[in-house]
Amino acid sequence: MNEHKPLVHIVKRTDIRWWKAWIIRLLSVAAALIVCAAVIYAIVKLNPLKVYGSMWNGAFGTKRRSWVTVRDTMMLLCIGIGLAPAFKMRFWNIGAEGQILIGGVATAACMIFLGKLMPTWLLLIVMFAASIAAGAIWGLIPALFKARWNTNETLFTLMMNYVAIQLTSFFVSLWEHPAGSNSVGIINQSGKEGWFPALLGNQYTLNVIIVTILTLGMFIYLRYSKHGYEITIVGESERTARYAGISVKRVIIRTMCLSGAICGVSGFIAVSGASHTISTATAGGRGFTAIIVAWLAKFNAFVMILISLLLVFLEAGAGQIASDYNLNEYASKIIIGIILFFILGSEFFINYRLVFRRKESTR
Amino acid sequence: MEYAVQMKNISKSFGSINANSNVNIDIYKGEILALLGENGSGKTTLMNILSGIYYPDSGQIFVSGKEVSISSPKEAFNHHIGMIHQHFKLVDVFSAVENTVLGIEDEKFDLKAATKRIEDICGRYGFEVNPQQKVYDMSVSQKQTLEIVKALYRGADVLILDEPTAVLTPQETQRLFNVIRSMKADGKSIVIITHKLNEVMEISDRVAVLRKGHYIGEVETKDTDPQKLTDMMVGRAVSLNIRRTDPVNPVKRLEVNNLSVRNSEGVQVLKNISFTAYGGEILGIAGISGCGQKELLESIAGLQKAESGSSIKYYAPDGSVNEMIGLKPAEIMDMGVHLSFVPEDRLGMGLVGSMGMSDNMMLKSYRNSPGPFTDRSPSKKLAETVKEELEVMTPSINTPVRKLSGGNVQKVLVGREISAVPTVLMTAYAVRGLDINTSYTIYNLLAEQKEQGVAVIYVGEDLDVLIELCDRIIVLCGGELNDVVDARTVSKEEIGYKMTYLTGRGSDPREDKQ
Ligand SMILES: Nc1ncnc2c1ncn2[C@@H]1O[C@H](COP(=O)(O)OP(=O)(O)OP(=O)(O)O)[C@@H](O)[C@H]1O
Ligand SMILES: [Mg+2]
Repeated sequence: MNEHKPLVHIVKRTDIRWWKAWIIRLLSVAAALIVCAAVIYAIVKLNPLKVYGSMWNGAFGTKRRSWVTVRDTMMLLCIGIGLAPAFKMRFWNIGAEGQILIGGVATAACMIFLGKLMPTWLLLIVMFAASIAAGAIWGLIPALFKARWNTNETLFTLMMNYVAIQLTSFFVSLWEHPAGSNSVGIINQSGKEGWFPALLGNQYTLNVIIVTILTLGMFIYLRYSKHGYEITIVGESERTARYAGISVKRVIIRTMCLSGAICGVSGFIAVSGASHTISTATAGGRGFTAIIVAWLAKFNAFVMILISLLLVFLEAGAGQIASDYNLNEYASKIIIGIILFFILGSEFFINYRLVFRRKESTR
Repeated sequence: MEYAVQMKNISKSFGSINANSNVNIDIYKGEILALLGENGSGKTTLMNILSGIYYPDSGQIFVSGKEVSISSPKEAFNHHIGMIHQHFKLVDVFSAVENTVLGIEDEKFDLKAATKRIEDICGRYGFEVNPQQKVYDMSVSQKQTLEIVKALYRGADVLILDEPTAVLTPQETQRLFNVIRSMKADGKSIVIITHKLNEVMEISDRVAVLRKGHYIGEVETKDTDPQKLTDMMVGRAVSLNIRRTDPVNPVKRLEVNNLSVRNSEGVQVLKNISFTAYGGEILGIAGISGCGQKELLESIAGLQKAESGSSIKYYAPDGSVNEMIGLKPAEIMDMGVHLSFVPEDRLGMGLVGSMGMSDNMMLKSYRNSPGPFTDRSPSKKLAETVKEELEVMTPSINTPVRKLSGGNVQKVLVGREISAVPTVLMTAYAVRGLDINTSYTIYNLLAEQKEQGVAVIYVGEDLDVLIELCDRIIVLCGGELNDVVDARTVSKEEIGYKMTYLTGRGSDPREDKQ
């Protein structure tokens, strides 16, 4: 047998400086852009720089586009913030989609029925509370079953999505306007009752304020509060939690209420602060995308901002190049895919080091 | 003698920690080599390198005189090297034979033939394995046996056992030693890591010693003794004594009456246990593993449901008397009754692997600070103290404890419980996996607690230590309290006898038999 040292072997890094990690991340973005450029040129024969320019244009080209990007980032971030405590507790909440919808339905109901009865500031508070309650209930149900009968939360939360979708379409047909349109239409279009008011001259300022407060709050909650400490312990080992005198059931139920409530608030923001209507597409798959946000950021609320922004930017950019160059949607999806692949891949190089065989030891 | 394996100038570091620096070790064919060293001295790392889990930063490995490169456990097996880890790597829902053939690629999947071969191996070395038994039905010792059979099945000639006896009862240890001897007789080489020096003296031919990642030297077992080995490990002369004082005016702390417990399967694991524990004394609990010690401590801590009719009364230092059955674990803890149970997998209970020492320190006390936020400054200070006093080897108090060596993980656990200033301190298997020097540090810490008036309840496997450390010893047998004996006058044999035969309280077992 011919013995030889392996050409390369993988060593886990135990400590890496934060700036080194960021250099690796930046390099991976650069590498992704280069590879994408090659792919773009090879497949559609376009100037990659122009394509990148058009992506940028799609996300930040005009003031309005920039604000839409900000709005969507806030939305995705809000959901990610909601998912973080559940995932940190190793509770696989796949049900954000449903929690958003239910929060949105509660918001829409308030807008429709209470719109004329109270001033907007009070209505906003009522809607906020209603969306929290609705989302919390949607999170509570699977948590109760998990705590009582140890049901599988992945399946349970997933199925709760479909219940929420059915409920939403029921209410959409109930509140249909105008008749026969099969949609709710823009709610309170004339008087804008229950719409987020424009603050500091911008329509989406309130979205930013609410989500910023939630982000800060979640960061502090997870890192410095007793609850956050308990969540970490339950996520790591339930036996240890029991030994520490923590009631695991209570922590699960409490945390899922919180998780559902924040996802419910995202529904509130989506309806009252963005679309002003409700449909089964209000969540639009963001409940799943936000899972990526939460995990990639390792539940660090501030890193989640960056990741949400990246995902929204890519989405907007892809849409723009598709329309600018008459490309098939899939072509731009490929570009997104490549960029995400490189960014995920960079995490490997941050956690591991490759050690190459040195010349002299080859025989 | 012929070399089985030679490791030359092996170095391996984890970040800033040099787990091994220029270690040289030879393993001969047909010998039993004991690898000795304090906690964190790099024993596990060195053997992980040999078995392909880690790749060394530098150094050479020779198998039967030929230089090889081992970069995966599979390659280690190709060179006939197999390792049995502290954490078993078995699939619970598979049977013994299925686990054995799992992952062997270049062989036809033939369970019948495999069963036959397993039975051959068992017959040859004296293992007791039922090939059809599912792993989830196995005891710890059975799982370990299966791991060894698995290694032999794959043709291991060099077998590495990492602290195999840490989780075994003395009887099981003897059984293990018997098969190790018959493997040696068959020409296999065995490397055994253990902290129990009497075992080293009993089973090994040669001893190699590591200290802080460096190779210190080797001796023939017949030329050495436990004291010399300890001095070699620690690098200076140390004394191995337990300081035992007579209890000074003991006060009643716990009164257990008619305690009966059924486990989750409905089997009665404790039957009408009654005893009293006093502050200022160490009460030992002896028994074969699994005869109710764990349930006993857990019911006092409020983690087990007791049958009706049971009673556990707590006599607080302020004179109040409280019934503890029905209280929540957190409430019991707040009263000053603390339990530290070191489980077989060490991390599973009581520590959070991803947190550092500092955050683990407040696991049981974080509630005590006012307000919704945790106060981390006391736990930081405490972590520094424990690190200093028990010499915990860790780069910093914020390094996740999962990264510490087995023994160091445990120092963190025991250190925390002792520092909580309890009135009743229950510890089970407190020195499991600790090196000899640290074990004595722990014994003396417990003795110190007793002198300060704490009621210490100590569950341990080592009868010699029980007799040396405790004041009174409760002997459990099959979930029943067989006898309470005076540790100063009892003999090891008498305890051993009462652990296995129900004799009835107070009566002399020998008279009973006539
Ligand atoms: N995966 C790892 N990452 C970081 N440090 C590690 C890792 N594995 C081991 N170490 C460090 O290397 C040193 C040696 O550890 P090792 O587990 O080999 O000790 P040991 O001699 O087996 O100790 P013990 O008797 O406590 O089991 C320790 O200081 C430990 O903290
Ligand atoms: Mg070890």
